Amino acid sequence: MSGKPLLSVKDLWVEYEADEAVVHAVNGISFELEEGQTIGLVGETGAGKTTTALSILRLLPANIGFIRRGSIEFEGKNLLELKEGELLSYRGKQISMIFQDPMTSLNPVIPVGDQVAEMFRLHNEEKLPKTEIDQRVDELFELVGIPKVRKSEFPHQFSGGMKQRAVIAIALACRPKLLIADEPTTALDVTIQAQVLDMMDGLKKKFGTAMIMITHDLGVVAETCDIVAVMYAGEIVEMGTVYDIFEGKVHHPYTEGLFGSIPSMDSHEKRLKPIEGLMPDPSSLPSGCKFSPRCPYCQDICKREEPSVRCMGSHSVRCRFVDMEGAV
Amino acid sequence: MKQETEYRKRSRIAFICKRFSRNRLAMLGLAMVLVLVLLSATADVFFDYHDDVVVQNVRNRLQAPGESPGHILGTDQYGRDILARVIYGARVSLSISVLVISVSTILGILLGGVAAYCGGVVDNLIMRINDIFYSIPFTLMSVCIVASLGGGIPNLVLACTIGVVPGFARIFRSAIMPIKSREFIEAARASGSTEIRIFMKHIIPNALGPIIVQATLNLASTILAISGLSYIGLGIESPTPEWGAMLSEAKNFMRDDPYLVIIPGIAIMIATIAFNLVGDGLRDALDPKLKN
Repeated sequence: MSGKPLLSVKDLWVEYEADEAVVHAVNGISFELEEGQTIGLVGETGAGKTTTALSILRLLPANIGFIRRGSIEFEGKNLLELKEGELLSYRGKQISMIFQDPMTSLNPVIPVGDQVAEMFRLHNEEKLPKTEIDQRVDELFELVGIPKVRKSEFPHQFSGGMKQRAVIAIALACRPKLLIADEPTTALDVTIQAQVLDMMDGLKKKFGTAMIMITHDLGVVAETCDIVAVMYAGEIVEMGTVYDIFEGKVHHPYTEGLFGSIPSMDSHEKRLKPIEGLMPDPSSLPSGCKFSPRCPYCQDICKREEPSVRCMGSHSVRCRFVDMEGAV
Repeated sequence: MKQETEYRKRSRIAFICKRFSRNRLAMLGLAMVLVLVLLSATADVFFDYHDDVVVQNVRNRLQAPGESPGHILGTDQYGRDILARVIYGARVSLSISVLVISVSTILGILLGGVAAYCGGVVDNLIMRINDIFYSIPFTLMSVCIVASLGGGIPNLVLACTIGVVPGFARIFRSAIMPIKSREFIEAARASGSTEIRIFMKHIIPNALGPIIVQATLNLASTILAISGLSYIGLGIESPTPEWGAMLSEAKNFMRDDPYLVIIPGIAIMIATIAFNLVGDGLRDALDPKLKN
């Protein structure tokens, strides 16, 4: 933990303007990521994980999604101030993204090999000749474990796991410094999930790529991440190293709820303890603590005032009743 | 080393050709199209344009098919060989309709594509202007254009193109619409592709199926339209042979010499059916839902 962070998101606010309502998707989140580190963004559907990722690449839907405040600094440069043309050299080259569904993120009418080669053609500063590109595509295919004889095949001839491997090959083609993986394993079955995660882990270490892993699977987080940020209603409610989150004694009530919702092998409880209620409507968030309507420890003050963030070392929790030295 | 480069080539085009060739009617249509194209391309080998098609030979006029050995399909009211005129007529019909459809397809992709891709105000503006043109009946519009600008091939092409483009723009827009919100478009954007590149490389190839089918099917209706306009005297001018014009000239002799109208009529019918069959076959071959 030294030197300048690769990516630093500061006080980011993102809104979607729908026809009638303004949806507050991300409400002032901040985090930092160093080279080679992996941060996990965890949370329910609609917590603002994907919005955060799209904001980094400035890919929010035009005329609907707006970044209201904050800064996203990548290698000291504020991405939010760049022009569209300058962004093109970041997208895919410095920062690349793996989308949730490999079935739909490949173009169905272009052979997979060509789609990988496209990355080299797009970011061809070194003016590589065609044969060199071909060779690099072969290398990549080998790296992600697809036989290179299959590079002239079309996406519909690939299985789900194979497609995700191809998508990862595309994402890693230009050796980006930052890889954003938006639920990369959700669409895959469990055995393939493990393979793909394993492979990503290996490649990440090999290239020294930093990664933002967006997921709602705590198992995936435990396996791959260094830092974990738990998101709820557009806020980071708890952040810490993987040990802080999984082994630490103090937690945000929401994190407690999340872990209570997972079946455990160790204890013999008959029932899971789900979090009661639903996530608040992001177009009309409750005042005070956003989690207060569902929080078992909720007091009157929670509904009136925003809680402050309490920190201890690498671990921070956004709850007024958390005493970082003791329990809730 | 050699073996490494020899990977399985199963291209999409080969796949579509295979499916197309399994469709007998489509192959029949393709054969008819090829015959038409071959005949009109090699017409100069069998006939002399000036002597057989243009020059009048009144002594030989109105010979029924088979009546005179030199004229298999007989001669018309000016004694010109009907077979030669029908074949040269195919040349005119095919070349003009191919030209019309090519221009219309490019314009249709541009208009429909820009409308679908930009959306919002641009979409509305383009499509509403398009609707105005769409609302004027084709014949009325082409008659107006040809009547005000004069006859001749360039104006005929213009008239037909203006008639075809609005329909194309609409269909292509609806073909492109669902593609632009697919995830691989966003993935392409995330990997740093420019908007133009996304449009050309990802969107157009995915919408190509309906575009090709529409183009082929509309070839048939364009051939009909050219003949129709020529029939009412607004298309190709005499003595250039054109099927519709031949029909029109022959209608006064229809009672005694019906072959004069039957032969060019059959030619129009064959060309139309041929392109329709090919278009239908292409639609079936390109339909991704039938892919296995």
